[in-house]
Amino acid sequence: MSTNTAPFISIRKLAKSFGAFQALRSIDLDIHRGEFVCFLGPSGCGKTTLLRAIAGLDLQDSGSIQMGGRDVSHASPAERDFGIVFQSYALFPNLTVADNVGYGLVNRRRPSAEINRRVEELLALVGLPEQSKKYPIQLSGGQQQRVALARALATAPELLLLDEPLSALDAKVRIRLRDEMRSLQQRLGVTTIMVTHDQEEALAMADRIVVMSDGAVEQVGTPEEIYRRPGTPFVADFVGHMTFLDAVVTGPGRVRVGELDLLVANAASFSAGTPVRLAMRPEEVRTRSITAETPNRFDATIGDLSFLGSYCRAHLEPTNSRSTRIAADFSTNAMRDLGILPGQVRTVAFPPESLHVFAGGGR
Amino acid sequence: MSHAATPLTMTNATVKIARPRLSERHVAGVLILALCAVLILIIALPLWALLSKSLEDPQGRFVGLANFVSYATTPTLLSSLTNSLLVASVTTAIVLPLAFLYAYALRRSCIPGRGLFYAAAMVPVFAPSLLSGLALIYIFGNQGLLKSWMMGASLYGPVGIIGAEALYSFPHAVLILVTALSLSDGRLREAAEAMGTTRWRIFHTITLPGARYGVISAAFVVFTLVITDFGIPKVIGGQFSVLATDAYRQVVGQQNFPMGAVVGIILLVPAVLAFFVDRAVQRRQSAMLSARAVPYAPRPERRRDLALLTFVSVMALAIVGPYGIAIWGSFVKYWPYNLSLTLNNYDFAAVDPEGWSTYGNSLLLASLTALIGTALIFTGAYLIEKLKLFPRLRAFAQFLAMLPMAVPGLVLGLGYVFFFNAGWNPLGFLYGTLTILVINTIAHFYTVGHITALTSLKQIDGEFESVSASLKVPFWSTFRRVTAPICLPAILDIAVYVFVNALTTVSAVIFLYGADTKLASIAIVHMDEAGAIASAAGMASVIMLTAIAVKLAHVGLDRLVFGRLQRWRQR
Repeated sequence: MSTNTAPFISIRKLAKSFGAFQALRSIDLDIHRGEFVCFLGPSGCGKTTLLRAIAGLDLQDSGSIQMGGRDVSHASPAERDFGIVFQSYALFPNLTVADNVGYGLVNRRRPSAEINRRVEELLALVGLPEQSKKYPIQLSGGQQQRVALARALATAPELLLLDEPLSALDAKVRIRLRDEMRSLQQRLGVTTIMVTHDQEEALAMADRIVVMSDGAVEQVGTPEEIYRRPGTPFVADFVGHMTFLDAVVTGPGRVRVGELDLLVANAASFSAGTPVRLAMRPEEVRTRSITAETPNRFDATIGDLSFLGSYCRAHLEPTNSRSTRIAADFSTNAMRDLGILPGQVRTVAFPPESLHVFAGGGR
Repeated sequence: MSHAATPLTMTNATVKIARPRLSERHVAGVLILALCAVLILIIALPLWALLSKSLEDPQGRFVGLANFVSYATTPTLLSSLTNSLLVASVTTAIVLPLAFLYAYALRRSCIPGRGLFYAAAMVPVFAPSLLSGLALIYIFGNQGLLKSWMMGASLYGPVGIIGAEALYSFPHAVLILVTALSLSDGRLREAAEAMGTTRWRIFHTITLPGARYGVISAAFVVFTLVITDFGIPKVIGGQFSVLATDAYRQVVGQQNFPMGAVVGIILLVPAVLAFFVDRAVQRRQSAMLSARAVPYAPRPERRRDLALLTFVSVMALAIVGPYGIAIWGSFVKYWPYNLSLTLNNYDFAAVDPEGWSTYGNSLLLASLTALIGTALIFTGAYLIEKLKLFPRLRAFAQFLAMLPMAVPGLVLGLGYVFFFNAGWNPLGFLYGTLTILVINTIAHFYTVGHITALTSLKQIDGEFESVSASLKVPFWSTFRRVTAPICLPAILDIAVYVFVNALTTVSAVIFLYGADTKLASIAIVHMDEAGAIASAAGMASVIMLTAIAVKLAHVGLDRLVFGRLQRWRQR
């Protein structure tokens, strides 16, 4: 990702409405050559609208899109250079796998031998050799998805667009295909934009994630940035699990939640007395090797425990602030080693750097 | 994907092409504009001609509503209106409960031979409407087999019209009600049964409300069919005049075009009303059934099934019987005095100078209409449904395509007379030619075909056009290679529907045929007028059997298409 060169796609002030509903509100976004970018957000956040605007399938109301240094804001899809895979795959049911993959090649008047060779090459690339004479209905969902991918890549586009390509598949196939797609993308180096509402998928596949909500970009960053340093309460809440508590800033780097005084690593911008929202991830709650020097240490009662396979989620009630409930995850290992049981009182701690402070408490 | 270890050089495999030579946008724009122009010509302008004609005097001067006033103050004209309303209301009241019970037996019971009974109910669809009138004449007419059953009353008048119309409109009601009764959530019934609800209460709290939109829709369809039908009152109405025969008499008999236009507009009212009720009803009906609904599967129940089987058998006999008798009658020497068989009645030239050539004309018309009409209707529906460009124009074309549904054939025929007969119209030379008959018949049956095409197109993945655009394949290639082949069954449906209707229709074309383009259905009217009932029945039977043969061929072809040519539909 050569971020110092000019971006491959640059989107400026892109806006679109459907009647009174604002699907996109002045989107600015740069995408670099070779990047794998995920548009992540709940349904109705505008991520698919943005993808379709980039493809030219649904034109924006205002704003511009540059692609490879060319202004394509008003170009038709055929005048842009991309391949696309839809959630439904949109495979032509009356054509064989080979004809589907070669669909865009036939139109370019290449000799049929060359087309056949290319189709075979693509089918091998997506791991579906020997299937070229079958019809789509004879393939499994995962195989259909691969055919759709091969078809999208057939014309060697500079940009690959994926609209929820994995969400119609069952969990096991989804995980295998997402790893395969990621490594294929890295090998080919094709710039890729994927729309998804599945945060795990976005975290696992993307170089950068664009979190969207309500037609606007909430945050752009690497998966780690998005997860570790969410820029807004929305991102914090949407990606991963998060406990939100109302708090008040009591001094530089200090907040108060109920009866608990906590140190926070990043609340410099708030002055004392400001109501804020404090957010913490359940897996950041520490139970081991807590000493007298450990900051943000407090006693809490283990409330109800729910078993979730490799870990358990507990609800903690601090003994001196009973109305506060904090979610905490304990690995099955920890449960066994420490003998954690409901109703116990234990000493736990929050590392100051794991606490996120957002404006707007008191809700 | 892991074994493709050799790095692929993606860019040298194909050659990037510059802009497409022919802009899809332009082609789409031209096609949609052309569609609008055709629909304006064949639908909107004739209707406009009808409306304006009703506001003119016979010399073509604008007289406002004067024609309507004189219509309302002429007792002989006004009585046709009340006659028509009476006949249509009574027929609807008779047909609706019978058709409901028939459809109920087909969909909600376990009687044997349901497919056969369904087919029996559909027989009248394949015959010109006036064959049911001729059939009743054979049975209950002055020389009828069962004349005594009439107890001295005359068949020729409201009684005969209502009887024949009931026969003719029955399949249309059954068709709608079968669909309505198919759309039911079996879980509702199971829940009711689990609570120990009585059968009668289930019927009037679940079954009937579930089908009520179908009942409303069927009522309007039957009413409209009857009030606008021309053939039956023509052959069996005697001196009893109705709106449809009035319109014919005003235009063809008295050349009083403005008064004919007034009658046409009056006929338009119930049809337009039915159209809007039907649309409102359909929207509700589809909203009523959730995607997760489980279809109801009836369980055998001896007493109910036996009662329904008896009813359905009697009804099927009452429907098929008259047509059988009419066919028989067409082979009889001198009904009912000399019942020996003969082919003389099929020597049509003896009673109509055109002879068998009218049948040839009908076949030619039906084939051309099916061929050209299906191509136009399906392509039009594709342009309206699948192209995302020019939304206003497409909405306008959609409106025009739905319009013929609300226009009875007779009214459309009148509009064609006024439009193509007008002195200023450069297309006047088409009058009386096969071309105008084809155009008119396409317009007449446009909407049903259009809806069939739309339904089929809506079932196709909406992203095919997007995928094609991304692959830089123009939409017309995808239409040819993917969309049309997938929709082949629907295209066949449309072609057969248009063919059968072109064969049987009388109402619109009776105003438009010329000396050498007379159709078989019109020849039937003329032979009946000349008193050659056996030949009229013979020609009508020939048409009916042709239509049924085409339908059977369609069923066979459908199997072939699904079975052999469309291997891709099977796993």
